[in-house]
Amino acid sequence: MGGRDSAYEAAGTAAKGDGVSPGAADATPFPTAMQEGLHSCEVCGLLSRPAPGEEEGRCPRCDEELVFRKRASIQRTWAFLIAAAVCYVPANLLPVLSTTTATGTETDTILQGVILLWSPTGWPLSLIVLVASIMIPSAKILALGYLLVSAQRGSVQNSRQRVRLYRMVEFIGRWSMVDVFVDTFTAALIQLQPLMSVSPAPGLLFFAAVVVLTMLAVESFDPRLIWDATIPKEVVYG
Amino acid sequence: MTGAAYNEALSDASLISCSHCDLLQRLPQLSPGGSARCPRCDKELWRRRDDSLNRTLALALGAALLYVVANAVPMLGLTIVGRSASTTVLGGVQTLWQDGQGMVAALVLFTVVIAPALQIGLMLGIVAGALRASPPRWVGKLLRHYPTTRTWSMIEVMMLGVLIALVKIADYATVIPGVALFVLGALVFVLAAMQAGFDAREVWEKIEWADGTRHMRPRGPLPKGTA
Repeated sequence: MGGRDSAYEAAGTAAKGDGVSPGAADATPFPTAMQEGLHSCEVCGLLSRPAPGEEEGRCPRCDEELVFRKRASIQRTWAFLIAAAVCYVPANLLPVLSTTTATGTETDTILQGVILLWSPTGWPLSLIVLVASIMIPSAKILALGYLLVSAQRGSVQNSRQRVRLYRMVEFIGRWSMVDVFVDTFTAALIQLQPLMSVSPAPGLLFFAAVVVLTMLAVESFDPRLIWDATIPKEVVYG
Repeated sequence: MTGAAYNEALSDASLISCSHCDLLQRLPQLSPGGSARCPRCDKELWRRRDDSLNRTLALALGAALLYVVANAVPMLGLTIVGRSASTTVLGGVQTLWQDGQGMVAALVLFTVVIAPALQIGLMLGIVAGALRASPPRWVGKLLRHYPTTRTWSMIEVMMLGVLIALVKIADYATVIPGVALFVLGALVFVLAAMQAGFDAREVWEKIEWADGTRHMRPRGPLPKGTA
C-alpha cells in the first residue's frame, strides 16, 4: 500500500511559522479521508484503513471505535437542539431567583436580573449577563438549526463560513453558564434570615438545561458533514 | 471493548485528515512554536510546543496546589447591619441542594469542583506517564478522556459569575472578597497556560499502541513490510 499514499500529497498543508504558503483555492476537488476509505480517529488523530469492505473499525493506536462520520450525528444534534429550544421558554419566563425580605417575597427572571443590574456603574456587567444569558443561548440555537438544515439540504455554499460559525458556537457556549453561577453564589451568600434571604427558583433548572443541551448538541454535530455535499455521491464510501 | 477489528495504520505517519473538513493532507515537520492549519477550512491541525511535557508538568502541579487552597478557604463574605456571612465554592453547591435544586447543584459541583479536579489529575497522570522512556497504554486511556474534562471544567466562567454576584450584592451589603477568589483567579491563568503548552500529538506519537504492534513509532515512512 506504500504506493497509494504518495498521491495524497497534492493537498498541501499551510504551515504558519514554517514559511509554507496556504494550499490551493476552494474550487479544486480535495480528496477526503472518507473518499479514500480511510478512518480518521477523533480521539488521537491517527489515519487508518479499515478491513476491506468494512465501514467500522478500531483505532490501532488508541482503541477508539471508528466510523467515517459521527453516528447519527444529524438526528442526535436535532434531538438535543429541540430539547434545548423547549427548555428555553420556561428558562426565560420562570423566575430564576426569589428574594425574601421582611416585607414579602419577590421573584426575578433572567431579564429582570439584567434590568436590576443596569445602573450608571453596573451597566457593563448588565451587558455581560444580557449577552451571555439571553443573546448567546438564542444565537446558538439558531446557528445550530442553520448548520443542520444546510447540511441536510446538501448545501455547498459558504462551507468555510459555516465551519467558522460552528467553531464560534463551540467556543462561546460555556459562557452561558455564567448566570447559573451568579445565581448560585448570590443565593449562597445572602442567607440572612429573617432579614433577607435569596434562593434559587425553578427557572434556573431550565436555564441550566438549555446550556447543557446546546453544549451536547455542539458535541454531537460532525462538522465534516458541512463539506460532504461537495463530494460526488458515487464516491462516498468508495 | 468489543466489536470491530483493528484497522491497519498507514505506512506514512505524517498523513492525516482534518477533523473539521476531512481533507487529506500531509502534516509538515514543524519547529517548536510553529503551527499547521488546514488549507481548506483553516482549522489548526497542530501546534508544536517547546519542552511541552516539562512545562505542562510544572503548571499542572501548580494548578493542583491552587485548586486545593481554592476549595479549602472562604471565597466571599459580607457584612450587613452587624451580621456577617461567608461562603466557599462548595457552600454554593450546598445552598442549591438545600433549596431543592438538586440537579443544578450537581451541575455546579461537576463543572467547578469535579471536572477541574479530573482535568488537573488526568494531566498529571498523562505527563508523568509520557515522561517515561516508553509510555504505557494507560497514558492513552487518560488522554482520551482529557478533552471531556476540559470541556466541562468551567472555573473561568464561575469567576465571572462570582464577580457579577459581588457587584449585585454590593448594593445591599459590604462585600469582602475572600482568599479563594484571588487563588481561583490565579488558577484560571495557570490552567489556561497548562492547556496552551500541552501538545497531545507529541504524547500520542510516543504511546504504546492498542493493537500491540508498535511502540515509539518513528515519524515518516517505515521500511516496507512493517506497516
